[in-house]
Amino acid sequence: MRLSSTIRQHPLLMWGLAIMILLILFGPVMSNFVDVQGVKLGSGMPEVPPSAEYPLGTDTYGREILPVMVVGTPLTLRIGLIAGAIGLSIGIVLGFVAGYFGGWVDTLIKGAADVLLTVPGLLFLVVIATTLRGAVSVNMMALVVASLAWMWPTRTIRSQVLTLRERQFVLVARLNGMGGFEIILRELIPNLLPYLAASFVSAVGSAILATIGLEALGLGPQNEPTLGMTIYWALYSTAILRGLWWWWGPPIVVIIFTFLGLFLITLGLDQIANPKLRRVT
Amino acid sequence: MNVGYVLRRFGVFLIIIWLAATLSFLLPRLAPVNPIREKLLQAVSFGGAGKTDMEAVVKNYEAKFGLDQPLWRQYVLYISDMARFDFGISISNFPSKVIDIIMRALPWTIGLLLVSTLIAFVVGTLLGALAAWPQTPIVVNLLLTPLITLSSIPFYILGLILVYLLAFSLRWFPLSGGYNQFTIPSLNWAFMMDVLHHSILPALSIVLASIGSWAIGMRGMIISGLGEDYITFAEAKGLKDREIFYRYALRNALLPQTTSLALSLGYIVSGAVLVEVVFGYPGVGTVLYQAIRLFDYFVIYGIVMILILAIGLATLLIDLLYPLLDPRITYQGR
Repeated sequence: MRLSSTIRQHPLLMWGLAIMILLILFGPVMSNFVDVQGVKLGSGMPEVPPSAEYPLGTDTYGREILPVMVVGTPLTLRIGLIAGAIGLSIGIVLGFVAGYFGGWVDTLIKGAADVLLTVPGLLFLVVIATTLRGAVSVNMMALVVASLAWMWPTRTIRSQVLTLRERQFVLVARLNGMGGFEIILRELIPNLLPYLAASFVSAVGSAILATIGLEALGLGPQNEPTLGMTIYWALYSTAILRGLWWWWGPPIVVIIFTFLGLFLITLGLDQIANPKLRRVT
Repeated sequence: MNVGYVLRRFGVFLIIIWLAATLSFLLPRLAPVNPIREKLLQAVSFGGAGKTDMEAVVKNYEAKFGLDQPLWRQYVLYISDMARFDFGISISNFPSKVIDIIMRALPWTIGLLLVSTLIAFVVGTLLGALAAWPQTPIVVNLLLTPLITLSSIPFYILGLILVYLLAFSLRWFPLSGGYNQFTIPSLNWAFMMDVLHHSILPALSIVLASIGSWAIGMRGMIISGLGEDYITFAEAKGLKDREIFYRYALRNALLPQTTSLALSLGYIVSGAVLVEVVFGYPGVGTVLYQAIRLFDYFVIYGIVMILILAIGLATLLIDLLYPLLDPRITYQGR
């Protein structure tokens, strides 16, 4: 049980994982207790504060906020997980190819990643999402966001591969006659697991950040009650200035816990990958 | 400084701009129905008072992009328009040029971003460096923990909370806008104070939410530098702690820190766009938000182009300033 003891030795990682597991379970578990029909427009009285009938109140359009959270949280997490997984997969392929083979392939891949990193991702996504507007589904949203989620994974994996490549055990493997791809699969990937995990977590985090941002600007799936769309509708109806805190409060709490959970996991994985940092945190 | 390096770096800058322009040319044309034409025609079919206006816009659009011409000519036309900052005419705000709308909003954004990013960068870097230093009082680390926690949430989420607490509940700050709507913008003391008063909350949400990330990066850099030989040597020479900290540890960690500033400018601008939306701040973020609501494609593409251009210029500038920070870098061809 090496994994569970590693987790227990790193409280930050443990707390982060606990928060994320609770968030992931929140939707599926709560949907057994909450009538998810409440997400429909006009299913309740408009703008009612939290009460026995509507535990988290309702918005201007008569949607009940609790069911909106129950349905919306898994949708937003799904976008993040799909986009993060795609981003990491592209990053692994490009990072390993660039780092291990080097040469002009490396120059090209590193150049592309660096150029795209300096560009404000959200704005590029705004252009893409504006074009698709009206026809965006949750899965399409994930694809749009994934199109810019691969640069950081590519960069970190590439630089780790560069240092690992020169190690003795890689040389031994090469002298034993292993081919390039076999070395990557059998020697490099196992050694990079903490970095791959950290890349995945940060890719999921930035994907969620991007999708919530796009949605808050009004470029999300108009008919799905994701967290970002809930914030968009709240901003659209100036819910803050009218004191409707129960409308924008719950999505914000869920978003804060999502980022907090991902952040704690990143910090924990960082401690595993660079033990030097641990004495301060 | 090596001329070849400057040229190469400038080339990368041009590629970014070209990519952005090409993307905004291709995407509407790759879509099954060109959304811009669709929107224009829809606006025309609404008829009513604006009808003649809209027909003029459609005519302008078709002539401008030469829609009857082959694709490559359209592309050349488009790129040369972009190069002259001619983004066309606003659909929702008919007679105004897109570039004029952007130029009115841009100073607000640049002012807000410049000040808040500088404060966050300087304070965060110093705090992070102190946190890694063994002689630092424990207070700094205690102060840093909540800031690092805040750095994990997006600027505008923090902004929403600040508006509710400090502007809506406590009424210390105005709820939205960049200045009092009933005053006429002018360069006098009262107006400047009004602008300042309005900008504190948006700036605060950017500063509070980004100090922590600068501190984390800096702390990591200093810690990995502390074991280096030059620190041991400086200690052996009998230099004062303060001097070792400022001249050896801090200075050497500044370069990677500046690199990450250049790399995160895009992220900061994306975040600030949403902060402006939350606060109704009169910068390009708010204009973008309204343009998206009204399907005003020319304004959307224009803002994206201008912001990408601005960020490209800023990163170019930072990259060219490296030798000042670190004399070892002279950009001699390797």
